[in-house]
Amino acid sequence: MRREAPQKLSDYGPLFFPAMMLIVFFVVPFATMIAVSFFQRQQGGFYVPAFQFANYERFLSLFFANVLGFSLMLAVTVAICCVVLAVPFTYLLTRMKRKVQIAWLVALLSVLSLSEVIIGFAWSTLFSRTAGITNLLVMAGIMSEAKALLPSFGAVLTGMVYQAFPYTVLVLYPALVRLDPTLTEAARTLGASPIKAFFTVVVPALRNTITATLIMVFIFALGSYLLPQLLGRPQHWTLSVLITDQAIYQSNMPFAAAMAVFLVLVTLGLVALTVLAGRKGETA
Amino acid sequence: MSGLALNNVTKEFGTFTAVNNVELTVPHGTFVCMLGPSGCGKTTLLRMIAGLDLPTGGAIRLDGEDITHVPTHKRNLGMVFQSLALFPHLTVGENIAYPLRIRGVPKEDQKKRVDELLLMIHLSGYADRPVAKLSGGQRQRVAIARALSISPKLFLLDEPLSALDAKLREAMQVELRQLQQKLGITTIVVTHDQREAMTMADTVVVMKGGEIRQAASPIEIYRRPADTFVADFIGSTNLLEAEADSTGGVTVLGQPVSGVSLGGGVRKATLSIRPEDVHLTAPGNGALSGTVTFVRDLGGTIETFVDIAGRQLVAVSTPRARPDVTVGQPVGVVLLPDVCVVLAK
Repeated sequence: MRREAPQKLSDYGPLFFPAMMLIVFFVVPFATMIAVSFFQRQQGGFYVPAFQFANYERFLSLFFANVLGFSLMLAVTVAICCVVLAVPFTYLLTRMKRKVQIAWLVALLSVLSLSEVIIGFAWSTLFSRTAGITNLLVMAGIMSEAKALLPSFGAVLTGMVYQAFPYTVLVLYPALVRLDPTLTEAARTLGASPIKAFFTVVVPALRNTITATLIMVFIFALGSYLLPQLLGRPQHWTLSVLITDQAIYQSNMPFAAAMAVFLVLVTLGLVALTVLAGRKGETA
Repeated sequence: MSGLALNNVTKEFGTFTAVNNVELTVPHGTFVCMLGPSGCGKTTLLRMIAGLDLPTGGAIRLDGEDITHVPTHKRNLGMVFQSLALFPHLTVGENIAYPLRIRGVPKEDQKKRVDELLLMIHLSGYADRPVAKLSGGQRQRVAIARALSISPKLFLLDEPLSALDAKLREAMQVELRQLQQKLGITTIVVTHDQREAMTMADTVVVMKGGEIRQAASPIEIYRRPADTFVADFIGSTNLLEAEADSTGGVTVLGQPVSGVSLGGGVRKATLSIRPEDVHLTAPGNGALSGTVTFVRDLGGTIETFVDIAGRQLVAVSTPRARPDVTVGQPVGVVLLPDVCVVLAK
């Protein structure tokens, strides 16, 4: 359907409400943050308006570069783990009976209702030496004695994948439900084993969905600041942890704002690159 | 034996029997159409031949080898789905090459084969197009070419032409039959369109309620239907109740007719007579007497509706042999013994 381009000012009317919402809840806070990132910090807790690059200069050090690098790496790893687990899981889920599907989706939604804090403490118990899962392995005779699995990178990764997994499934679910089941049947009649059919038909046909999901989980994981502290060592702390630390405990708002702005820019850049790469792959 | 053999194939879904004890042999190189109303089990039977569904009883043999439990991808089939199921992320050429790629055929050989097939389906030069840019008929051809790219032992099609408009469908029926004859490939098509079955098949298998009612050549099915369901389902027909007395004299709709026999010992039967075999004459002379109720002149054919004792009978004639009748006129209907099929009650 083709519509006429808007002629009068009143034609833009339907845009007014969403535009207002975006301005009030997104543009204004974000602009404030950008402004604050150039302000000068007052010793003793507050800041005064100024225009200086000191906050950004302080950020340009090897220490923060490392933290930024680790944060991105962690978010990418979480995104990849989630998608690698969730695509086959959701695919099998969509092939199940409707009742079974509903039960699984309700279970996943209930995981979403858990707060990050609860997830963090639950996993820290599970990974502990005294009450953790290693005790089960000892009972089963697989391990000789129980040990603590945290703090460690693995623990941080597990916690974050656990937290992001339901989102991943819920984003993939509609696309996989709509996928024509005869596509895999056709692949099988044409000589592909079920596993081959999955990788040569289901995954490529869902390429765009998978890319979008990767980006979503990546951004979701980038903002995580509680789980790295609860389950990791200081070297596993993400930039979000440092931002929280600066903003809340050090009361250095301008520096926290500068780091946040930098993180947003890097994230936008990476997302743009992914989308660009996806487009190129499509035309090739 | 070379070809496909189904022995007592049965498929039950819970308490529902979709396919019941089907026996069928399809000699190598024949074209079989499975025909029946929806829910008659024809698609389930095709899916079992493809290995997409497993039979709950019986065996399927291909060239003497039991393939009942061989997984689909090892059966070397080609199958065209009702939805066509072309892979949306691949181009026309990549779709056709898919079975070759899966089997690890070298790239150059894949390309050669794809070019061959594109030539065969009159789509040369379309290899690099995305499938979304094709018309319905073109997609249909691509799906056929993809199914044939490995020269399969069996070529299966599930309502392949149902998405096309009537004209294109008729053209594709002829094309598909010619292609099958050229390649000499054993082909099984599921359809609910009896015209399609008559056009293409060597053998038509008429199914109802999960059972085969009749399997024979199209003309045999048309001329010698096995029962009233087949007679009525294939083409249109007039079904008339007939009774025989102890001396063998036959009455149809209460009127005695000469020359027709129901066979020894049969007292009650149904006669099937095709509309084009109904001859209208002047009343009397041993003909059934009736009244003309309506004349439908379609230009190419003329259908005359005759009422005999409350039952409606249709006679079809060509304009050259136009019966000289008007509505309301009494008319005689002659039942020629050689065109009447006697069906047991």
